[in-house]
Amino acid sequence: MLVVDNIHTHYGKIEALHGVSVEVNKGEIVSLIGANGAGKTTLLMSVCGNPQASSGRILLEGRDITTAPTAEIMRSGIAIVPEGRRVFPGLTVEENLHMGGFFNTKSEIQKSLEHVYELFPRLKEREHQRAGTMSGGEQQMLAIGRALMSRPRMIILDEPSLGLAPIIIAQIFEIIGQLRDEGITVFLVEQNAHQALSLADRGYVLETGRIRLHDTGKNLLANPEIREAYLGG
Amino acid sequence: MAAQNFRHALFCAIVTLIIAYPILGLNLEARGIDITLTGADTFTVVMVFIAAVVVFAFQLFRDGIMETFKSLPGLRSGGAHKEPMAENRRARIESWVITGIVVLALFWPFFVSRGSVDLATLVLIYVILALGLNVVVGLAGLLDLGYVAFYAVGAYTFALLSEYLGVSFWLALPIGALLAALFGLVLGFPVLRLRGDYLAIVTLGFGEIIRILLNNWTSLTGGPNGIGGIPDPTLFGMEFGRRVKEEGNVSFHETFGIAYAGEHKVIFLYLIALVLAVFTALVIRRFMRMPVGRAWEALREDEIAARSLGMSRTAVKLSAFTIGAFFAGFAGTVFASKQGFISPESFVFLESAIILAIVVLGGMGSQIGVILAAVAVTILPELAREFSEYRMLIFGAAMVLMMVWRPQGLMPMRRIHIELKGQE
Repeated sequence: MLVVDNIHTHYGKIEALHGVSVEVNKGEIVSLIGANGAGKTTLLMSVCGNPQASSGRILLEGRDITTAPTAEIMRSGIAIVPEGRRVFPGLTVEENLHMGGFFNTKSEIQKSLEHVYELFPRLKEREHQRAGTMSGGEQQMLAIGRALMSRPRMIILDEPSLGLAPIIIAQIFEIIGQLRDEGITVFLVEQNAHQALSLADRGYVLETGRIRLHDTGKNLLANPEIREAYLGG
Repeated sequence: MAAQNFRHALFCAIVTLIIAYPILGLNLEARGIDITLTGADTFTVVMVFIAAVVVFAFQLFRDGIMETFKSLPGLRSGGAHKEPMAENRRARIESWVITGIVVLALFWPFFVSRGSVDLATLVLIYVILALGLNVVVGLAGLLDLGYVAFYAVGAYTFALLSEYLGVSFWLALPIGALLAALFGLVLGFPVLRLRGDYLAIVTLGFGEIIRILLNNWTSLTGGPNGIGGIPDPTLFGMEFGRRVKEEGNVSFHETFGIAYAGEHKVIFLYLIALVLAVFTALVIRRFMRMPVGRAWEALREDEIAARSLGMSRTAVKLSAFTIGAFFAGFAGTVFASKQGFISPESFVFLESAIILAIVVLGGMGSQIGVILAAVAVTILPELAREFSEYRMLIFGAAMVLMMVWRPQGLMPMRRIHIELKGQE
């Protein structure tokens, strides 16, 4: 589905990623964990073409998107839930969702809308409420729902558990599992290593711009080094 | 509490005295080459003191007074909770009222003085400008401080085309608007990556470049001397002057066999401005409901989110700049025709600031609010002429008060949505 092949990404002169390779296969959940500043978000942003990788290749369903413009990448069957939710605060829930289906036809939007409301009944309740007035958890649901509106084959989530209560986090992760069951490929970037790894089929550990470990989610959870560094012993 | 109130009230009263006494109580008079300072008459001084006492009393009992105001029925109800039906009816009533106002505006100039019609034309030009800037600032959220540049492009396009090529108003109108739009597109490219303050500075610079260029390109634009003799618009080849200026044209009053009157031309210009203003409002309203309008708003609300949904920052920003500039070109052409003479003086930064003030005062993104504000901002200084030198002071104070009490503008943009009763 998504192949990141030995990419280097620079912010100005500073190199943030020193040759990172990640592979996400169709229908699986892959988690990327790492500490602050490890380059997790940079890796995601490189996939989205903002900033573009300075060397290496990124393939989406076999197509080279390394130097494609962001707008084009985001319209080719991939959707991202950006870090910090980023819903449109002044728009209502429904309007936010409509924005997600910006490039789809009306009937497609209607179908996706029903689907999203089915996944998140809470959003249906808040249909006409301004997104900015909702709680963090509801906004995160909205951000995921909005990303789903374009009917993506793959969804990238950047720290969906950020700043949320444990019970809400559990709900969000449950939904992520559900998405995989529907056949959507999920690439999950998390600091919340325990939950991210228990849900994932496979996991990558990113450290200061390099992939340090790569294994199945179960094995990584059991790995003593990982337990020490990310799971608090 | 009481002591604190008393101190605050005393402070306010003293500030009132400090501000009011020098302005109203002292006069500077020129006697020959000297300037002498004279005190005002007793009446003024007494009035100033009474004003200070009123301020003192109000501040002292402010809490009580505000309480009574709040308890007045009807002030705070309205707005918040409306059934969908009421919202619909309101929209329908609104559109009827607006249609009524436009119809009234069509016949109004035939019953009032020439001066008022002239002023109304100016108001309409500002309405067009403000509606155009509203797209850029209010909808797309791009702070543009050089909007007057596009206005100048429109005006100078007409002036130059008529001077060198003898092009008429009607041909120059679309050319001016399109050229302004082109300039908008050109400005759009360098500012694509900029936001907020940085964008404001670059657009400010662009506005100045255009003005300075017009000022210094003497061989083409006449520099500070400006361009005069810009023709009036014609009605199907009929001129509004006493004598026909161009071969082959006929004059309006002779065709219809009525006596010549200077008002005809003024009213005709007013009607053109009115039609263009209505046209602008309708076109932009249409844009707002189209996907491009929603994309502008998405970009304003959150650029990263908008981009994550596959919107192209380039296309969205450029479209906003181009469309905004297009209507400024319209306004510029009408302005050139109305004045008959333009110079770079008319396109200084203050104009940009005033248009921006109109958009902010009216309520960003709200068309009706912006139109109301354009009317208020253009007419208020005229009405306040009696206060002569305090005119700008009053105008400035009105703006400050407005921003303190209603920062969202006269009529904030109302998104089409409903709130149900009984929902928390």
